Order: sequence, then structure tokens, then C-alpha cells
Amino acid sequence: MSIKMIKNAVMSLVVLSVLTGIIYPLAITWISQAVFPVRANGSIIMKEGKPVGSALVGQQFGGPGYFWGRLSATAPYPYNGGLSSGSNLGPNNPALLREVRSRIDALQAAGPGNHYPIPVDLVTSSGSGLDPYITPAAALYQAGRVARARGLDKAKVLALISANTAGRFMGIFGEPAVNVLKLNLALDEMKK
Amino acid sequence: MSKKKEKSKRSLFEPRIMRRAMWDSVKKLNPVHQIKNPVMFVVEVGSVLTTALFFHAVITGRGEASPGFILQISIWLWVTVLFANFAESMAEGRGKAQADALRKTRQDVMAKRLAKPQRDSGAEMVSSSQLKKGDVVLVEAGGLIPMDGEVIEGVASVNESAITGESAPVIRESGGDRSAVTGGTMVLSDWLVIRVTSNPGETFLDRMISMVEGAKRQKTPNEIALDILLAGLTIVFLLVTATLLPFSIFSVKAAGHGSPVTMTVLVSLLVCLIPTTIGGLLSAIGIAGMDRMIQANVIAMSGRAVEAAGDVDVLLLDKTGTITLGDRQATMFIPAPGVDDHVLADAAQLSSLADETPEGRSIVVLAKEKYALRERDIHALGAHFVEFSAQTRMSGVNMDGREIRKGAADAVETYIQKEGGTFPAEVRRIVDDVARQGATPLVVAEGKRVLGVIRLNDIVKGGIKERFAEMRQMGIKTIMITGDNPLTAAAVAAEAGVDDFLAQATPETKLKLIREHQAGGRLVAMTGDGTNDAPALAQADVAVAMNTGTQAAKEAGNLVDLDSNPTKLIEIVEIGKQLLMTRGTLTTFSISNDVAKYFAILPAAFISIYPALGALNIMHLATPESAVLSAVIFNALIIIFLIPLALRGVKYKPLGAQIVLRNNALIYGVGGLIVPFIGIKLIDMLVTAMHLA
Amino acid sequence: MSGNDVLQIAAYFAVLVLLAKPLGMFMAGVYEGRPSILARALGPVERLFYRLCGIQPEEEMSSKQYALAVLLFSAAGVFAVYLLQRFQGSLPLDPQKFPAVAPDLSFNTAISFATNTNWQNYGGESTLSYFTQMAGLTVQNFVSAAAGMAVLVALIRGFKRHSVNTIGNFWVDMTRGVLYILLPLSVLYSFLLVSQGVVQSFDKYKTVALTQAVTYETPKLDAHGNPVMDSKGNPVTEEARAGGQQIPLGPAASQIAIKQLGTNGGGFFNANSAHPLENPTPFSNFLECLAILLIPAALCLTFGEMVGDRRQGWALLIAMMLVLAPLTFLCASAEQAGNPHFASMGIDQAASALQPGGNMEGKEVRNGIAGSAVWAAWTTAASNGSVNSMHDSYTALGGMVPMLLMQFGEVIFGGVGSGLYGMIIFAIITVFVAGLMVGRTPEYLGKKIEIFEMKMAAFVVLIVNALIKIGTAIAVSTKAGTAGISNPGPHGFSEVLYAFSSFADNNGSAFAGLNGNTVFYNTIGGILMFFGRFWVIIPVLAIAGSLAKKKHVPAGLGTLPTHTPLFVVFLIGVIVIVGALAFMPSLALGPIAEMLTH
Repeated sequence: MSIKMIKNAVMSLVVLSVLTGIIYPLAITWISQAVFPVRANGSIIMKEGKPVGSALVGQQFGGPGYFWGRLSATAPYPYNGGLSSGSNLGPNNPALLREVRSRIDALQAAGPGNHYPIPVDLVTSSGSGLDPYITPAAALYQAGRVARARGLDKAKVLALISANTAGRFMGIFGEPAVNVLKLNLALDEMKK
Repeated sequence: MSKKKEKSKRSLFEPRIMRRAMWDSVKKLNPVHQIKNPVMFVVEVGSVLTTALFFHAVITGRGEASPGFILQISIWLWVTVLFANFAESMAEGRGKAQADALRKTRQDVMAKRLAKPQRDSGAEMVSSSQLKKGDVVLVEAGGLIPMDGEVIEGVASVNESAITGESAPVIRESGGDRSAVTGGTMVLSDWLVIRVTSNPGETFLDRMISMVEGAKRQKTPNEIALDILLAGLTIVFLLVTATLLPFSIFSVKAAGHGSPVTMTVLVSLLVCLIPTTIGGLLSAIGIAGMDRMIQANVIAMSGRAVEAAGDVDVLLLDKTGTITLGDRQATMFIPAPGVDDHVLADAAQLSSLADETPEGRSIVVLAKEKYALRERDIHALGAHFVEFSAQTRMSGVNMDGREIRKGAADAVETYIQKEGGTFPAEVRRIVDDVARQGATPLVVAEGKRVLGVIRLNDIVKGGIKERFAEMRQMGIKTIMITGDNPLTAAAVAAEAGVDDFLAQATPETKLKLIREHQAGGRLVAMTGDGTNDAPALAQADVAVAMNTGTQAAKEAGNLVDLDSNPTKLIEIVEIGKQLLMTRGTLTTFSISNDVAKYFAILPAAFISIYPALGALNIMHLATPESAVLSAVIFNALIIIFLIPLALRGVKYKPLGAQIVLRNNALIYGVGGLIVPFIGIKLIDMLVTAMHLA
Repeated sequence: MSGNDVLQIAAYFAVLVLLAKPLGMFMAGVYEGRPSILARALGPVERLFYRLCGIQPEEEMSSKQYALAVLLFSAAGVFAVYLLQRFQGSLPLDPQKFPAVAPDLSFNTAISFATNTNWQNYGGESTLSYFTQMAGLTVQNFVSAAAGMAVLVALIRGFKRHSVNTIGNFWVDMTRGVLYILLPLSVLYSFLLVSQGVVQSFDKYKTVALTQAVTYETPKLDAHGNPVMDSKGNPVTEEARAGGQQIPLGPAASQIAIKQLGTNGGGFFNANSAHPLENPTPFSNFLECLAILLIPAALCLTFGEMVGDRRQGWALLIAMMLVLAPLTFLCASAEQAGNPHFASMGIDQAASALQPGGNMEGKEVRNGIAGSAVWAAWTTAASNGSVNSMHDSYTALGGMVPMLLMQFGEVIFGGVGSGLYGMIIFAIITVFVAGLMVGRTPEYLGKKIEIFEMKMAAFVVLIVNALIKIGTAIAVSTKAGTAGISNPGPHGFSEVLYAFSSFADNNGSAFAGLNGNTVFYNTIGGILMFFGRFWVIIPVLAIAGSLAKKKHVPAGLGTLPTHTPLFVVFLIGVIVIVGALAFMPSLALGPIAEMLTH
């Protein structure tokens, strides 16, 4: 009786493994590759036939001429796509406050004279370390600096920001967000 | 029936019982006894531990806290255990007092053992303790009945006050439902030949004594289930406090300052958190429930029966004596065609003058009230009274050549036909009408002439309808059991407001009815006294046997009503419910108390590690020591304060379950949240004022 | 909280309730074997399955047999996942050439997935091959969820049946759960997720060129691969440069769908649903978050439908809602209030049309505060454990909410099946106390609650409590345990307490700063997850068997109704008091101390 049960258990696992572990993901993959070829493969952005990033994965940007993204706590370097991770620093952790302080200093060094309060997402790490977005507030905070550094009309920069801003789902869910990589790629595009 | 409650009604704190309880509560500190109550055993272990910590502190001078503080905590923990023991002893003491009174009646008496079951066979004198089941004894006027038994010969009046508290003597006779006698009761007149039905030590009295003493008290299923829950909670809180030590050691390292929580504080926290209030009072509640039964003059043969009483879904009630007054009363004379109603009234009165049954008396009263017929002296009239006999099923009177008879319609009809008369069809119709109205017709005849019909009505007891309405509120279905025909039964049932009735009941139909309800998952309660009730009593979940009933009925029942009052069943249900409610409410109260105790002890325990946790000291208790001490003192005192409630039981009102829960949840749940905040604060103020901590 | 926060949270709850009813009724039909279109379409598959496995679907099981079947099946699952990890290097579909997983980590992960906990001590994109993810983890995501639902259904039968010895057939209940409920929903979800950008591919990771190369410091290694030390013993670093970025791929959408629906929570990637390729858009976030509670909420109504009194199901659902909704708002408002230290640093944490503000550390911009807080509360209310933000970086109060929700015993929704059977255990305890208060031997749904049921119920409450406390005590008292702590002060204690609550309650989320991938945590965590799952399932099935044997007691006026607001309030009281009371001292040393100390 018990032997039969063991047989039942092993066989059920085997058969269900084939169904849910092989047939199911293969079928989903097959259809997805046909219907959503870009999205199923990482939403890669191509530039001159070369992949320059994923529309959904953030990259590290520095210097006054680019919009900066969130802080990234991935190891060993920021925005390491091979190992997503947050900082996991507690709110009272002195290490967190040090990180924030040095980011504030860096922002102020890159854009001196900007005395607006700094939007909080610009000084904090994202959960994944790969956040492709910043808030519109964070983009606006940097707009002046980027326009100056690139010698562009600020209005043009603002237009680019709004062109690369995604809204809420159904106007309710989620938050408006600016895609940093796309925005920066668009800026580089204008230069030419 | 006069209720002699004086004997069993004791004041809650009778000094004699209190004295004995105090001594008993110390004796109960014996761990062998204490371990039966896991919650209080944990407190006792805590008491020993803190006592050891105190001596350690005094001897080494390097105690974990000031010796004075440890000592005070230790003392209050011991007091907590003693208080709980005291509650149990108090409840037991009340039972013991009752048992002592009973034991006095269980004297060793000399009995006349007969060689053969005949009065005049040779007798030898033996001690009652030598009597065995099956022996036959003779007891004469003034003698004590040595053992439980069954009357096999003779009629006598017996004083059973030793058992029942009822001083009026009762008749005991051979055959029928009044044949059982109880050891320790006294024959007042005449004599009885009795066959002993139990061995020494197994008599009804013995069982009663052991029941009220609690010697054989077994935990009821419900109590065990609650015990399990309480034990589970105790272990949970044991884990909570035990793990706080490593947690606080770690936290000291993490915070870089402070000191880990002391053992004294941990033990205090543990004792405050575990449900000591209900744990300490649980057995007292159970014993007190039995005690309340005893006060209602009901002996429970098991604690389970008391508890089951609270769960009863269906009550089977005998019509006669329970729903209606035991006796029917004459309410109308209905003459036969061509008969003057005065003639009928006169004949009815004459036939009943010597009839001492309540029905007979009521006929005389009706004749007097309605027809102004004075009561006459039957002997002065030279009349001869004809008693009711099983053969004729009539009674009557013979005088001056007149033969007046009264009886059931069919009996009178037989009689008339024998006399050569005819039974008028008109009278038959009257008889049917009366029966249809729920009354009993009694036909009166003189010679071969039918005079008319006396209508005897069942008189429904005052207030019984309201009682049944209450029962309905409690979700209990009442069923009236009667030997009457369905017509009569339906009429009485409607008047009394019972939910259902069983007419023309026989022992078989009763048994069937009980089984049907039980098959539907319902718990059935019933009362009974006759031997023919025994099967139904044995089947019922709650079976109340009348003490006046037969031995067989008493053996079959799980409760014995010493008052033999059939309405008692309702009271028994209430006592059962009260018992469960008291347990439930005190459990809720006990656990709700914990919230306040956390707010007292947690900030005190951890303030050296995280001073900010002082914000949790919302009661603003003076010092960490006073906070812990106050919580412990409150925890001990609340047991004493609740002893009266445990012994008396939560007040029971017949309301729907929903309302009862709401009320009790508000009083004991919300109350249990609030009371300790106030209590601990007050104690803290006192402790501070007295500079105890 | 901002207006949109409130609106967003309210909308989540509203949609959940709207969807719960039809799904609940549908599931009742599945388990009762009622005919439906799906049943007709997939019926042949079901029958084929039984034939292949040698199962007689009509054969009824006693509670002992049922429990044995669950145990054997789960044990087979543990072995399978363990072996897949140990041998993944030799198995197909390993484009990144990941080697075999270490034994302790394999052990932890195998139990983690077979117990529906899905604690992740591994980083998905850096440890596991596609084949391990599919044939190991995805399969367990399905079957562990279906097993939990089956146990629930067996318990429901205990209430429904009377005077019998059997409670159904585990193989049938489990198969139906997979075939008719989890698989169809997962297929639907997979496509919706791919449409949002969740990857679903067997290609190896793509490498893209970075617009700006990243330079960083890395420890200098000598010829033998050991770190070079300077004269003071500090490691010497050298500059390194990364010019490209890996974009990880894999059969993610198909696994994420069931991970969310089956209260599993083990992410395809290390950052779980915070990862933009696992949860790319506000719509995917909405879908995934909703999926966490969809089946647990609907099962309440399945329960009501199956016991023949829908009000009973609504009562439990409302009780869960009444606990969860305030805690969700509490969490959101704590996070929205932000980090008090930032106020003096010239940082703008206020919500406005241009930013959600609040405590954004560890959160993604697209999810914001409300979208993260709802997820945090829901994922711990349900024993899902997936995250879309890092709970370790929450404010003290905001982080206490998920911890508390787990410590309630995972009965506020809880795992699929397991949450509701846990809730029913609490209902039994409540009925017992409340029944006593009204003066009647307690009964629930027509079944008397007696010694045996109380024994088992008390054991269930006790065991999970004990596992958390003892586990935490061991961890904070040993070097191996404290070594994993990453944050100082009371927050460090919170990390450990959170981890053990998550193990024992089979949640799987973490204060992820705790380094759990050590022999110590892998081992103790595996053991706790195992006991936390099966030492609950066994007593629950024992109760089911005992109830099935009992007679049915018809309800009367004296019976305490268990569908009324009063009962709901009483039930919540019992859960809160038993849950909160037992954990208040430990919370005082963790989040409460942290909250009060700035």
C-alpha cells in the first residue's frame, strides 16, 4: 500500500514536472518569441546595429552632461546587470547617511548653484540596483545642469524629458517615471 | 413542596471553611499536587527560582538585583500560588462540609438480617457493614435503614431528610415506583422488609459523598480542552520569556550599553503573561459548579453531566407536575340531557366528600363555589365511601340506598351496562368535547342513570410559559411528554407554550423520540422517576432522576434531584451554562490582562538597553522595580478578587448566543484590557508611597 | 499620504474583492468535480495523468493516508530540486555554464521551494541554470501551491462530511489544483507579463555596450588568486573598468506568473520583482501584486461555497481584510513620511505631482511608495515573500508591518490553502473561547470542537511560535548567526527576527541585508521551513479526519453564529492577541526600539 503511494508520489512528480516544468515554459517561450520578439528578449535598444542597452535596465551615468539615475548598490560596480541587488541599509544606518551625503556632494559639485531641495530618489539606491527610471522631479532638478553643460536650450531638454516620461497605469497605479537611458540617448542623438 | 435550602445554602466565605482552606492551600504547594495544574506549577517553579536568587543575592552580595526587590517578587509569587490553591480549597471546602454532614448519617447500624424474604422468618442482628447485595433485612419504626435497597414487603413512612433536606416524611412501599429506600434514612412508622441492592461502600450515600467531596472528580472533556489551550499559551509565553534572555544579551551588544534583563524580571514577566487568573481558578470553577448543583439540591453523578446540561438542545418534560400542577382541577359540571345541574353538582359533591385526592377536593370546592353546596360530614350522613380500585376504576359513595359513582367514561359505561342502563349518546358527545378542549372528563352516575360530566382541567403552572420562551431564546426546544390523547395534549401544549409534544407516550415512544433527536446531533435532557423511565433515562444525555423514584431510575440517571422537582431541569441547564460561561469569561479576562502587563514590564526590563523604550511606560510607573512589582502584585490580587465570581459563577441571563457573547466580550474582554491599567497604576502609587521599590 | 496613495491602495483592495468572488466559486466547482468548459477540455488530460501515475481517482483516503501522500510527494520534490541543483552543470539549458550549487544552499533551496516558502539564499541570475529554474523551481511553484490547496480542501471536507473516515484523495485534489486553477491562470499571466517586457527566452545573457564605461575599485589579486595586502594588512585595490552590461535572460515570465499566483515568491532574479526585467511597468506591478492575494482571497469564498454557507467564507475574508487594510495603510504612511534623518540634509521627501517622495531607499521609482507598501504588506500577509522593494531599508514602523503580518502566523490570507487552513485553526480557537463565553460546548460549522481539535490547534499555534523564537535565539547567541547581520543596532536584531519569522511561517521574504547564504542559515533555515510547513499540515489533516468522523450538529438559537460582525471582531481579537502578544517583547528590541530611537 505504502509502496503504491511512493510510486504514485514519484510518478505524479515526474508527470507534473514534464507538464509544468518543460511543456509549459517551452510553450510560453515559443509563443512569446513569436508574438513579442523584442520584449521577450530583454527590450534591447539597438543603435547603429549594436545593442546599447535595455530599455528596462538602468545604466550608470556621471558628469554634468548626462542625467544621473538612481544610486545603485550592485557589486562590484553600480548597475551590474549580472547581479541585481539593493543596498539593504537600514534607515538609521550611518553607512546609508554617508552614501546619501556623498551623493549630495557629488550632485552639488556637478551642478553648483542649484539650491533646490534634492528629490529623494536621486540620493537613494533602488531595490534592484538597475532602476531605469527617475522621478520627473529628479529629471527637472538636473535639467538646468544638463542644458548648461550641453549648451542646449532648457526648453528642449524639458521637452525631451516629457517625451521619455511614462505615466501611471490607468492614471492610478504606479508613478510617473523618466527613463534615464532613453533620455540620455536622445540627448546624444541631438548633439549630432 | 417546600424547598429546604437552608441546609445546603452556605455563605460564600464561611469562616470554618475559610480556615480549613487556608491550611489546605499550603498543603497543596506539594509539587506532586501542583503539577496537575501546569499553569500554577510554572508559577511555583518561578517562586522557587526567585527565592534561590534572593539567597544568592544575600549570601554573595552580588545578586542580579537588590535583595529587597527579589525578595518582594519572590513573596508575591508564592502568594500567587497560595491564592490559587486557596480558591481551589475554598471550593472543595464547601463540598467537604456537605460531605461531612452526609457522612454523619452513614453510621454503622445494627440490622435485622432475615433468613428468608418474609417478615416473620428468623432474624439475626448484624452490623450494616456486613450486609451484602441480596441480603434481606427488616426495619421497624424508629430504625435506620442500613443500606440502599428495595422494599419487598410492607408500607411505611420514612424520613429522608438526611439525604434530601426535606423534613416531611415520604411513603415507601413494595412494588411500583416508591419501592426504593436509601441507606441512612429512618423508618418513622410501620415496618419494611428490604432487599439490599448495593454492597458496602457503593451505596448511593457513598457515591454522593465522594461526588461532593470531589474525591472522584474527573476533569470534564471541556475542562481538558481548555487546559490544553492554557498549557499551549503557557508554553508560548515560556518561550517568549526564555528567549528574551539571549535577545537582550544580543541587544546589549548591539546597543553598546545597558545590561541584559534579569532572571527576576523574566520570571515576573512570565508569571504575569501566563494565564494565571484562569489557571488558578479553573478547578475552583468546576468544583463550584458541582456545588451549585448541590445547592439546588441536585447531585451530579459526574462533572460531565453538569457540563452537558449547558449544552442541552432538547428538553423532554413530563406534563404532569412539570408543566401542569400535579393535579387536575374540576372547572365545570356539565349535566346530561334532562338532568338539573344542581342534581349533578350534589351527586358529584357527595361522591367526592371522602375522596382525599386533589381532584376530589377540587370537585367539593367547585360545588361550594358555583352551587353554594356546603361541605357535609360524610360520617354524619351515614354514607359509605367506595374507594377507587384498579378493577372498577371508579370511586363513589353508598348512602340511603343511593349508589353514586364517578370515573372515566368507559369505566362508567361498563358499570351502567352492568346495572342494566344505557349510556346516552349525548353524554358521549360531551365527553369527547371536553377531551378535545384538553380537559379530562369524569362521568358521574347514580344507579343506572348518567347524571353528567365533571370537567377536570390541567392547570398550567404560573410563569411556565415565560420559562419556555426563555428556553427558546437559549435555543432549547421543549417537548411535553404525556400519556394523554393527542387532542388533550395539543391543547395543553398550546396553553403552556411548549414547542412540541409527545402524546400517548410509552417508554418505547419516549426512547424512540430521544434517539431521533440524538441522531440529529442534538443533546437531550429529561427527567424521570419510574422504573419504566429507566431506558429513556439511560439514553438521554442529561438524565435527572427524581430522588423519590425507583432505584432503577436513579441508576440510569446521571443527576439526582433530591427535591424531586421536575421543573429543576431548567435550573440545571442554567447551572451548566453558567459553568462554561465562567470558564470562558475568565479565560478572556486573563489573556486580555496581558496587554497592560506588557506596558508595565517591557519598558522596565529594557530601559537600560534602549532608554527610548521608556516611551512605552504609558502608565508612568515610578521606577522599573515598582513597575515589575506592581504588575506581579496585581496578578496575584486579581485571583483573590475573582474567587467570589469563580464560586458564584457568571450571571446568566437567558438571551441569544450573539447577545451573551457581545455582553461578555465587552465586560471581560474590554474590561480585561482596561482594569489592569488602572489596577497596576494604583498599586504602583501605593508601592511608591510605602517606599517598597 | 498623498491622495493618489490612498486611491491606489483602495483600488487594489477593490479589484481584489471584485475578482475573488467569481474565482472562488470557480474553484469550489473544480474541487467538487462540477462540470465546466475547462473540465471538458482538460478532462482527458486529467484522466491520462491518473493512468500514467497509477492513481485510482475514486479511492478515498483517511487523514493519515492523505498526510502520508502529502509528505511523500513533498519529499520527492525536495530530492528532485536538490539533485537538479547538484547536477545542473551536467544538465541541459545552462548557457551561462553555472556549476553545481553548493550542498548547503541546494538543501536550503530544495526545502524552500517544496514547502512553498521560496526563501532565496541564491541569486537567480548568478547561480541557477534555466533548467534548474524550470524543472526544479517552476514545478515546485505549481505543486507546493496545489498541495497547500489540497490540504485546505481536505479540511473543508472534514466540516462538510459527517460520520465518515475519509477526506478525499490527495492526488486528485492536487492534480485538479494544478490543471484547472494554477496552470490556466499562469498561462494567462505569462503572456500579460511578457507583453510588459518580462523576459522569456532560452538565449544566453546579452551583453550591451555602456554609453559611459564604469570604473571601480576591486581587490588586487596575486598570481594565486589571493587578495594582496599592504603593509598594514589592508587589502590593496586596483582600478577596474566595465564597458558593457549583461542583460540577463531566461524563461522568466512563465516562472514569475506562478511565483506570484501560488504564493511562492522565489524570484527569477536576485532582486525579485524589484528587478526591471521581472516587473518592468506599473501594469505588471499591478498584475503581480494582485496575483499575490488573488487565490488566497478567493479561497475564502471557495470555503464558504463548499461548506454550504457563503457567509462563512465572507466572514473570514472580511476578518482578513480588516487586519490587512489598516496595516497596509500604516506601512504606506510610515514609508511616505520618509527618513527623518534626511530632513536636515536638504532632501525633498514630500509627495507632489512630480515625485512620490517618502523613503525611496530600496524602492523603484515606477512603483513609488504606495505600490511598494501595498506589495510589502500583501506579500507578507500572504506567505508569498516576493518583493518589489527592499524591506530591510524600510523605516522602523514600515518594516515592522510585514514582520508582524508574518508573525500573525500567516493566516491573514497566508499561503494558497495554507493561509486559510491556518485561519480556520484560529477560528476553531476563537469558537472555543467564544463558545465557552456563551455557555455552550463550542461548535464550528456544525462540528463540535473537542479535546482532540484543541490539542492539534494549540500545537499549530505553539509550533510556529516556538520555531521563530528558538531559531532567533540560537542565531543571536552564536557567532555563525550574528556574522550574517549587516545593519547595526536594533535593526540588526530585526533582520534576524524577520528571517526566522519568514522561515517558520513559510513566507520567504527577507530583510535581505542578512547574509543568509552560509552553512548556518542554510541549514537552520531549511529545517525550520520544513517543520513550519509539515508540523502544521499534519495536525490540520488530523483535525480534518476527526471532524469528518463527527456527527453534524444542527444550528439553533443557542449556537454561536460564526458569520456575524461580532464573531469577526472576536476572531481578529484572538489573532491579534495571540500574534501580537507573543511577539511584542521581541518587537520591542527590534523595530519598536528602532522607531523610538532616532
